[in-house]
Amino acid sequence: MIDVIEAGLFTTVQDGGRFGYRHAGVPAGGAMDAWAYRLANALVGNNGDEAVLEATMAGPTLRFRVEAVVAVCGGDFPCTLNGRTFALWKPMAVEPGDVLEVGVCRTGFRAYIAVSGGIDVPPVMGSRSTYVPAQLGGLSGRPLQRGDALPVGVTHGRRVIGRMRWGLASAARRYIGGKTKTVRAVPGPEYDEFTPASRRQFFAARYEVTTQSDRIGYRLSGPTLALVREREMVSEAVVFGTVQVPASGQPIVLMADSQTTGGYPRIAQVAAVDLPILAQARPGDFIQFQPIGPEEAMWLYKEQQQRLARWIAAIRRQWEGER
Amino acid sequence: MTVEYTLFPLCEYAVTVRFSDRIDEDVNDIVHQTAARLQAERKEGIEEIVPAFSSLTIYYDPLMIDYIGIGAWLRKNIRRSEQAVRRSARTVVIPVCYGGEFGPDLPDVARFHGMTEDEVVALHSAGRYRVYMIGFSPGFAYLGGLSPRLATPRRSVPRTKVPAGSVGIAGGQTGVYPLATPGGWQLIGRTPLKLFDPHREKPSLLAAGDIVAFQPIGADEFARWSEEHD
Repeated sequence: MIDVIEAGLFTTVQDGGRFGYRHAGVPAGGAMDAWAYRLANALVGNNGDEAVLEATMAGPTLRFRVEAVVAVCGGDFPCTLNGRTFALWKPMAVEPGDVLEVGVCRTGFRAYIAVSGGIDVPPVMGSRSTYVPAQLGGLSGRPLQRGDALPVGVTHGRRVIGRMRWGLASAARRYIGGKTKTVRAVPGPEYDEFTPASRRQFFAARYEVTTQSDRIGYRLSGPTLALVREREMVSEAVVFGTVQVPASGQPIVLMADSQTTGGYPRIAQVAAVDLPILAQARPGDFIQFQPIGPEEAMWLYKEQQQRLARWIAAIRRQWEGER
Repeated sequence: MTVEYTLFPLCEYAVTVRFSDRIDEDVNDIVHQTAARLQAERKEGIEEIVPAFSSLTIYYDPLMIDYIGIGAWLRKNIRRSEQAVRRSARTVVIPVCYGGEFGPDLPDVARFHGMTEDEVVALHSAGRYRVYMIGFSPGFAYLGGLSPRLATPRRSVPRTKVPAGSVGIAGGQTGVYPLATPGGWQLIGRTPLKLFDPHREKPSLLAAGDIVAFQPIGADEFARWSEEHD
């Protein structure tokens, strides 16, 4: 078990997502920044799809009642273990009684706290991810609260003593920083219905992430976008990264917990390769959309998956050396 | 009828097949027929087939199949000479306790149309409603078939909390709230059934393509249902 001493701003249990229920109106959800999530899991020696904690802006304080390996990946959150600085993007052994404090994020917005064995809440509809709008998954379908106790899964069994003297190179986290985030996006199904000026603006201007932004969607603020001709849209599928434009003309980027269908014109689709960048944007940051084609987006996504697989393979080799 | 459709990539792992850009029962029949055929012909790497009003979206693993492969598979399985067949759709009867504390807007809806409350209930429960699609929120069914005589504008001030199971009218639409959420629909009743239950094998009570009938029940029956099914 892990005791939650402080919950942080908005900390939820997340895994790789809840698949197979879009026909029932349930989105895939899961970790917003899949890159940091996967690496955090790999760093603690997990198989890959175990549940972790997703911290937002201000992290939790946790006391371990078990021996485990812990890693924190994602935004630059100052962390301490029993008061001593704890480096991100590297595995660390903890013992019963140890206290991990994840502070207030300096750059980026979200961190993934992985524990060997995973956070072992009961899966709901095939996933441990918390989906707050329907109060399902995670810990009673809600963010953590002070006083919660989190069950931890069975670990890989081998005792890890002391500190591991390795971690991920800074290349793994280069996407995190910067107040203006450049995010590549493919013109969406209704792109051609926007006025030429709106189409130009969308890719030329910067859009600010407003405070009305969460796991469901980010409301952006910037030049108003307009259709050539208003028309009644028939609701169709939308996914993580869909940029839709309601009547206000201010775009909304749908995030991991967005609804499965939408009825607003879609000006763009953020390339999957850049969703981790978006997940690390905080209110007040700016998004600069950069146009790319669907083939390029696909190629970049595959290339990123291969890169991730190489990082994970390298981590596994390190682990073999530890045991 | 010759079926025309367009294919476009929604993102790296999903493609949408669009048959029309309006809401139409025949088009929706073709959506469901096509979804059923694709489901039967499913191959490795195809993850989800999700019908909407006049389109369907196929989610797949891009590391197993590419967009060209998906396109070829779709073109092979979508027949140009599709007939909109009225299938023997499943009918789901939803018991509803109309009016009173469960349907606080029933008096307003009746007044708006110059009807009695009983007339509104009779008209609403006589209808047969098609589930065009599930979306918006878990288990939420977009229903077609509301009598134009019951079309009522939304409330000017939405409620901050509408209880799960509430049956409402918004413009020309009727529907049931699966979850307790804020909402602006005119509430005319409530069902004791759970439209969405994550612990059921099929979490959503309704599926796209179903036919819904509302069955009026009394407050005592509502209480009995709630007890039996909780």
